[in-house]
Amino acid sequence: MLGYIVRRLGAGIVLALLVTFITFALLSTSFHDVALTILGPGATPKITADLIAARGWDRPLIVQYGDWLFHAVRGDFGESVYTSLPVAPSVMQRLAVTLSIIVPALLLTVVISTFLGVWSASRGGVIDRISQGISLIGYVVPGLLLAIGLVVLLAVQLKWLPATGYTPFAENPGAWLRSITIPVIVLTVGGVANLAAQVRGRMIDELRRDYVRTLRTRGIPTSTIVIRHALRNAAGPALTVLSLEFIQMLGGALIIENVFALPGYGSFAFNASLQGDIPVIMGIAAFGVLLVTVVNLLTDLANGWLNPKARVH
Amino acid sequence: MTTPSTELLVTMAARATARPATWRRILRDPQAIVTLALLAVIFALGLLTPLLTSHGPNAADLSVVNAPLGTPGYLLGADETGRDIWTRMLHSINTAAISAIIGAGVALVVGITAGLIGGYFGTVTRATTEWLFNLIMTFPGILLLIILMPVTGGDYRFTMLVFGVLLSPGIYRIVRNLVLGVKNELYVDAARVSGLGNLRILSRHVLVVIRGPIIIAGAFLAGSAIAVQSGLAFLGVGSTQIPSFGSMISSGFRNLYVVPTQFLWPSLMLGVITASLVLLGNALRDILEGSRPKPAKVGNGQRALAAPGAPASDADTLLQITDLAIAYPRPAGGLIEVVRGVNLSIGKGEVLGLVGESGSGKSQTAFASLGVLPDEAVIARGSIRFEGRELVGLTDAQMRPLRGAGIAYIPQEPMSNLDPSYRVGAQLVTGVRSALSIGHAEARRRVLALLKRVGIADPQRTFDSYPHQISGGMAQRVLIAGAVASRPKLLIADEPTTALDVTVQAEILDLLRDLQRELDMSVLLVTHNFGVVADLCDRIAVMQHGVIVESGTAEQVFADPQHEYTRMLLDSILDESSLRTDPPVSIGAERSAR
Repeated sequence: MLGYIVRRLGAGIVLALLVTFITFALLSTSFHDVALTILGPGATPKITADLIAARGWDRPLIVQYGDWLFHAVRGDFGESVYTSLPVAPSVMQRLAVTLSIIVPALLLTVVISTFLGVWSASRGGVIDRISQGISLIGYVVPGLLLAIGLVVLLAVQLKWLPATGYTPFAENPGAWLRSITIPVIVLTVGGVANLAAQVRGRMIDELRRDYVRTLRTRGIPTSTIVIRHALRNAAGPALTVLSLEFIQMLGGALIIENVFALPGYGSFAFNASLQGDIPVIMGIAAFGVLLVTVVNLLTDLANGWLNPKARVH
Repeated sequence: MTTPSTELLVTMAARATARPATWRRILRDPQAIVTLALLAVIFALGLLTPLLTSHGPNAADLSVVNAPLGTPGYLLGADETGRDIWTRMLHSINTAAISAIIGAGVALVVGITAGLIGGYFGTVTRATTEWLFNLIMTFPGILLLIILMPVTGGDYRFTMLVFGVLLSPGIYRIVRNLVLGVKNELYVDAARVSGLGNLRILSRHVLVVIRGPIIIAGAFLAGSAIAVQSGLAFLGVGSTQIPSFGSMISSGFRNLYVVPTQFLWPSLMLGVITASLVLLGNALRDILEGSRPKPAKVGNGQRALAAPGAPASDADTLLQITDLAIAYPRPAGGLIEVVRGVNLSIGKGEVLGLVGESGSGKSQTAFASLGVLPDEAVIARGSIRFEGRELVGLTDAQMRPLRGAGIAYIPQEPMSNLDPSYRVGAQLVTGVRSALSIGHAEARRRVLALLKRVGIADPQRTFDSYPHQISGGMAQRVLIAGAVASRPKLLIADEPTTALDVTVQAEILDLLRDLQRELDMSVLLVTHNFGVVADLCDRIAVMQHGVIVESGTAEQVFADPQHEYTRMLLDSILDESSLRTDPPVSIGAERSAR
């Protein structure tokens, strides 16, 4: 088991290095434009060249990346070109906002999808049609439209919830809950559409397997077979889908944050990109890939726990 | 090499004739027709933009700011800077179409190319492509697109190009799996033998097979490319000069409190386009790939069409099957009977061999006695009595107390009948506890003792093993232990030795004979093999095409077979020396073969 964890962790580190390096390499092609953006329209070539030299952007790519990495592994991601604020704390602060809508949405997605998927796979009929209908709606309606639709309905028309804005949990838990409700609903609908269909399909496959029949012939109650045996075997593949779902939500949250004016990761990334704030962009990429690595590792661990064969390789 | 070549020609011919039929099927499907028509109309509107508009997409006229619906020259009104909404809608359609073409196009080209390479060539190439695409898959695409804004300049075409690459892993997986499946099929072998080069094999044969799934995926890809492009434009990524649904929705959203209908038009159009693409994809999938498996109602009990009559049964009979008929729904509608009026009886302590070839209905008869027929199956008529009690029509809950303790089951394929996620011991203990209502420690002691009894050298170790850690022969011993652990009165063994090595077969048969005597069980031994029957059985029933064609004591049937089919089966013992060489047929295949 330990070897398995180490191998998965190693794969995660390789991913993190590659993504940050590729991002850095791609960004390096725009250093000149970034310098012009920083200096404004009146910059002479001399001043521009000076700035590039001062930032070290004229050094070989690999040296620059090595330099960034050397500091990054000690937690020093540099400072914003514009605000001179250290990158790491501001990224984490923004990430917290984004995670506060993604994590509840993910939990809800798991609970609802498992319930719908298992129920519709083992009972069929009306329940099955309802859950497939929900999946279809989630697929057919883009998240952006759903978000705006819910704002118009729940915030503008019914005035039940605030249309935009974010209240930190520490400030007022009730207001926090109200401010994240619509974003969480939007992300959950999209997540359930995908995951419930996966759980359903997997469960249908599992329930048709031979071992299910053999367990039945031993007099084991159906509910035990469905939950303890079929669901456990269906959970592994569904979990992989869930980790991809998380990655997708991380992307989807960027658009949602904009609709609801949440001061999250997405708007932060957007502004940094617009301004060409290289240290901030690199910090965002690094934290993003770390988050993905952690989630993938957790998925692999859960898979190893669920599926004894996965532990071997 | 003439035989495979003929096969090749037949395959090609079949595919060639299948093609127009597919198109006809698509054109007959209402969902496909409606969505296709909607998309055609919408994109035609986009192409006709110059003819249908009198303003430029960015021409702002301050005199018509927020003009209402139906203002002369401004059919859908004007937006916050006085731009014609109708004109911008039509231009947005074109932006969406270009996004879809670039996004889906790049994803398809990259995914298909890599999929063909990864699927067709050696394991090293595959491992490399695999790793690369896993990498692409694990990064949030939209975040990457935003981060790369300084590089792409936010040009939506460039953005869609990158997005296409990010979408490609899905296509890669589909193509790779299809290619792997096709690669070893006969007709590619035949093509290789007949001297076709790799490239020609790939393009000719493999592309034909992957065409369907690719068309389906294309519809979904186009939908997500359009949705993502709109999302990014909504955020403000890219030039403000490009009219798109995203920027229109964004402007309408800003104006939500002033003119609430402004965001409605682009939203509606975007919704219709993406919904049509997704629904079209679904319709194509249903048409090209056939219906997907339906849920099975687990635990409802077997369905019976008619209430069974009450035939007399004498006290010595343990299981009495009378005029049993089992039917399955035909794809075209109606029912087809696979077991047609079977009569069987097993006395106490008796061993009955039910002999017949695959698909003769013997396994179905066995499943019906256990109450575990597949969900689609219907008991059309007849009666199954166990110790005088009618089993037909019982619910699953009423049936459950009988299972394990009354009737037990040994399956054919040992490996697939163990749950891969649980240790061997744990799954046996659960069964014993359910059947006998005893405590965990007692059940555990009993299972360990039985594992030893069925000839497992190190019971504790097997008890703690996962199914993939033990051999097929050992797994079959485990399943036998699981079946007899609750001391059943009747043991149903469905081809218990078919999947095993010939040396192990004999040991398992010995074990079954010993256990039968020790526990004084009745046994229903289902097999295709007269050799197995000769070893164990008191009486024999021969089954063909769902009917019992002959039955009698073992001596009678062996000495003086009456039915032609029985004679044929008897003769084949000598030929195949009790070893079956073809792989065991699964229940699904067995049914469809009928």
